[in-house]
Amino acid sequence: MKLIKNSAKRLVPEKVNNQKQIPFKGIGKFKPKGNKAKPPIKTCADYPADGNKVVKNLKEALKRAGLKDGMTISTHHHLRNGDVLTNYLFDVIKEMGVKNIRWFPTASFPCHQHLIKYLDDGTIHHIEGSMNGPLGRYTSEGKMKGVGVLRSHGGRYQSIQDGEVHIDIAVIAAPTADPFGNATGDRGKSACGLLGFALADSEYADNVIIVTDNLVPFPCYPWQIQGNNVDYVVEIDSLGDPAKIVSGTTEVTKSPDRLLIAEYVAQFLEDSGIMKNGFSFQAGAGGTNLAFAVYLKEKMKKKGVKARFIRGGSTKYLVEMLEEGLTDYILDGQTFDLEGIRSMRENPNHVNTSPFTSYNYHGKGNFASIVDAVVLGATEVDLNFNANVVTHSDGYLLHGIGGWQNCLFSKCTILAIPSFRDRIPVIVDEVTTLVGPGELIDVIVTERGIAINPKRKDLLKAVKNSNLPIKSIKEIYNEVTELCGGVPKKPKVNKNKVVAIVKWVDGTLLDSVFQVER
Amino acid sequence: MSENIKQTSAGKRGDKVRSDCYIEIELKKSGGLKIDLKSKVDSMYGDSIRDHVKKMSEFFGLKNANILIEDAGALPFVIAARFELAVKKIFSEINKEFLPEFNKKNLYKTTKDRLRRSRLYLPGNEPKFYPNAGLHKPDGIILDLEDSVSPTEKEAAQLIVRNALRSIDFYGAERMVRINQLPKGLDDLKFIIPHNIHVILIPKVESAEQIIQVEEKVNELKKKHNIKNEIYFMPIIESALGVIKSYDIASASKFNCALAVGLEDYTADIGVERTNEGRESIFARSMIVNAAKAAKIQAIDTVFSDVSDMEGLRNSVLEAKSIGFEGKGCIHPRQVKVVNETFLPTDLEIEKAKKIVIAFEEAEVKGLGVVSLGSKMIDAPVVKRARRIVKLAEENYLLKINWREGNSQ
Repeated sequence: MKLIKNSAKRLVPEKVNNQKQIPFKGIGKFKPKGNKAKPPIKTCADYPADGNKVVKNLKEALKRAGLKDGMTISTHHHLRNGDVLTNYLFDVIKEMGVKNIRWFPTASFPCHQHLIKYLDDGTIHHIEGSMNGPLGRYTSEGKMKGVGVLRSHGGRYQSIQDGEVHIDIAVIAAPTADPFGNATGDRGKSACGLLGFALADSEYADNVIIVTDNLVPFPCYPWQIQGNNVDYVVEIDSLGDPAKIVSGTTEVTKSPDRLLIAEYVAQFLEDSGIMKNGFSFQAGAGGTNLAFAVYLKEKMKKKGVKARFIRGGSTKYLVEMLEEGLTDYILDGQTFDLEGIRSMRENPNHVNTSPFTSYNYHGKGNFASIVDAVVLGATEVDLNFNANVVTHSDGYLLHGIGGWQNCLFSKCTILAIPSFRDRIPVIVDEVTTLVGPGELIDVIVTERGIAINPKRKDLLKAVKNSNLPIKSIKEIYNEVTELCGGVPKKPKVNKNKVVAIVKWVDGTLLDSVFQVER
Repeated sequence: MSENIKQTSAGKRGDKVRSDCYIEIELKKSGGLKIDLKSKVDSMYGDSIRDHVKKMSEFFGLKNANILIEDAGALPFVIAARFELAVKKIFSEINKEFLPEFNKKNLYKTTKDRLRRSRLYLPGNEPKFYPNAGLHKPDGIILDLEDSVSPTEKEAAQLIVRNALRSIDFYGAERMVRINQLPKGLDDLKFIIPHNIHVILIPKVESAEQIIQVEEKVNELKKKHNIKNEIYFMPIIESALGVIKSYDIASASKFNCALAVGLEDYTADIGVERTNEGRESIFARSMIVNAAKAAKIQAIDTVFSDVSDMEGLRNSVLEAKSIGFEGKGCIHPRQVKVVNETFLPTDLEIEKAKKIVIAFEEAEVKGLGVVSLGSKMIDAPVVKRARRIVKLAEENYLLKINWREGNSQ
């Protein structure tokens, strides 16, 4: 495999899984040409006039969709760690004796370790999406036949839209659907919130199969997926375990150190002047992020500040802010708890969004860059503010990118992270894998202090009189390195064997993940 | 050499353990050192851990042994403490100590009358809480050898606390250790006195003699190790007898800096339930305040045990402050901020203090011997108190440093 150095000075392969690649050229530097992908034209003469597209089972649907070796099959992660359908889907594919599938999920979860046997026996050739937990470990050890491809949610939409990934069959889990294929995620026993991640698939795939455990008479209204894009509908007993699809309640962290970080982030937004009437922010569902939202809410109430919109992943904490009038809208990308789902169903100001509206880099703008501040995590951040979210310092691939890369375009990108975990430094000299270029990362908030990217002179000036512990990233690095007992050794990897690649939001190659030597 | 013990272990193991390690040593007649390391940070720090263990083995004269290390991300000071304990369980006659390098950030001193609003208790054998404790900005950090350490872990805790005093950054917090109840507590002192300890908390004190015993032992160790820094005492009164003897205790040593009350044991001693309202301990707490003030030292209140009830904590601090206490114990880092803030002067107190300070400064400029505000004479202790309030307000951003501008009359 021939490797070349991209503009971020990272080694990336020229070809991946026999597809020629474009190395990363810098932020905003790669200009795409040509036209978008063209889905095939269909005629309603080939579909039942009564609108009933229900077939007897998934195998039948796959057969009619023309499943064969080497196809690309997409699934979506809105059922999170409660997903039963994806595992069942590959059980069926295996039974049909089909091989070398390119699995194209929006994300994977630990429950998908069931699929390792299908990677072993050649049913699945490789994964493009995310390789989390056990699948990541498997990939890192060089066991996957093809090279894994890691994309952001926005990058996934871009890759489909630009024709880089052609989906043969999309299998969409729908908590509620009608026989025509209209589908929604905001109701039903497996309710998960919204189905935005499956939007591109429904529009661009050759064949679209809706699988539901709650089939209702036409029309399923309101619908999130349009039945006019759907080929087949399959009814099964259960899509998954509701307790793992959404948590009953999401809870704020109890760790005093993470609460301290969250408090610093909230204070940073206040002291820097970002928190003002009409502002916007995004915070995920991690314990630290939830705590941040709780602290920020207190500050907003105290100062009488109202946000114009908040970007989800929504949780009950954001829903409370919407219902208490602290924001006009929640623009939601995914829903993490039951309160979030209820609100989405009942409140017209709790808005569904998709990777197209939120994140797609090859569109006429997206929401991510409009947001005033976003609070994210990371596994590593280095002295140049470059950050990693996919591998750990031991070289193992353990997480996907999610919307993380896309969110970096916010006006103020804040990484809220502990400076070390047990004895593993999080602030390092150089990231193991580059996932986010430092020029887009503005503020690092740790329990040991807050480092502001020197490029952001405006932010440095804004918090000049604050009592926040502002330090240089080098100071935090030195403190942590001393505490952990010196500079950690780099993982031993095989530089001749790329096991996965990290795409930038524009489809270019940002970095490679190498096989870990045991 | 005690020939009969061939195998020992120290530390903690299991799935739930983190930032700690388990060490097993099996003595052999020959074959050198065999180190079997299972560590989640092997790829990063494996070599460094093996080197560390080899160095310690050499130091203690351990030549032939199988050493098993199950490491869940323990920091070097923890590995060292666990290893030393395992070695000393085999060779009980070894007296020398493997001391981690002293962290230069920990060289600072304390003063007898420094602020002691919040003191954060950390269990002596739980090193995972140590590295970040100071970040929550307690006025003092107490490494506890007493009630939070089970009897079987006392020796392990002594070594962890000693190593922590040397290597963990306290971020400016006053460095405190709570020793065990006497006489056991006297044995703890040799592990802490040589390592820049600021305040020794002496639990369950019932007589002035106990303080004198500690003082004598401390002086002996200070001399032996050539320690020059001042070491203060904070006796804790936790019984009916202690309460009755509180003034004797408070005035037993010039090194007493504060007198604290511990209500869990006290309420048990007088045979009542401890309540949030605290009616059962009014006498004891008032007595402690009076004894402390009579001895011209600080009065420090007990801990508030419900770590989730921040409003309850705030009210409890307000009440403690109103009857004369100047500090409170914290058992969770999140309590620190509430305690620190609530002990801060109120706006009203600050306004009053500002007037007094300005009056004092003007009198000074004019060379007047007497300070007066309006028609009222102000005594020296009142001025001192006002200056302290102003300083506190400045340090905590309640008052701008240039507040005098536009304030003078």
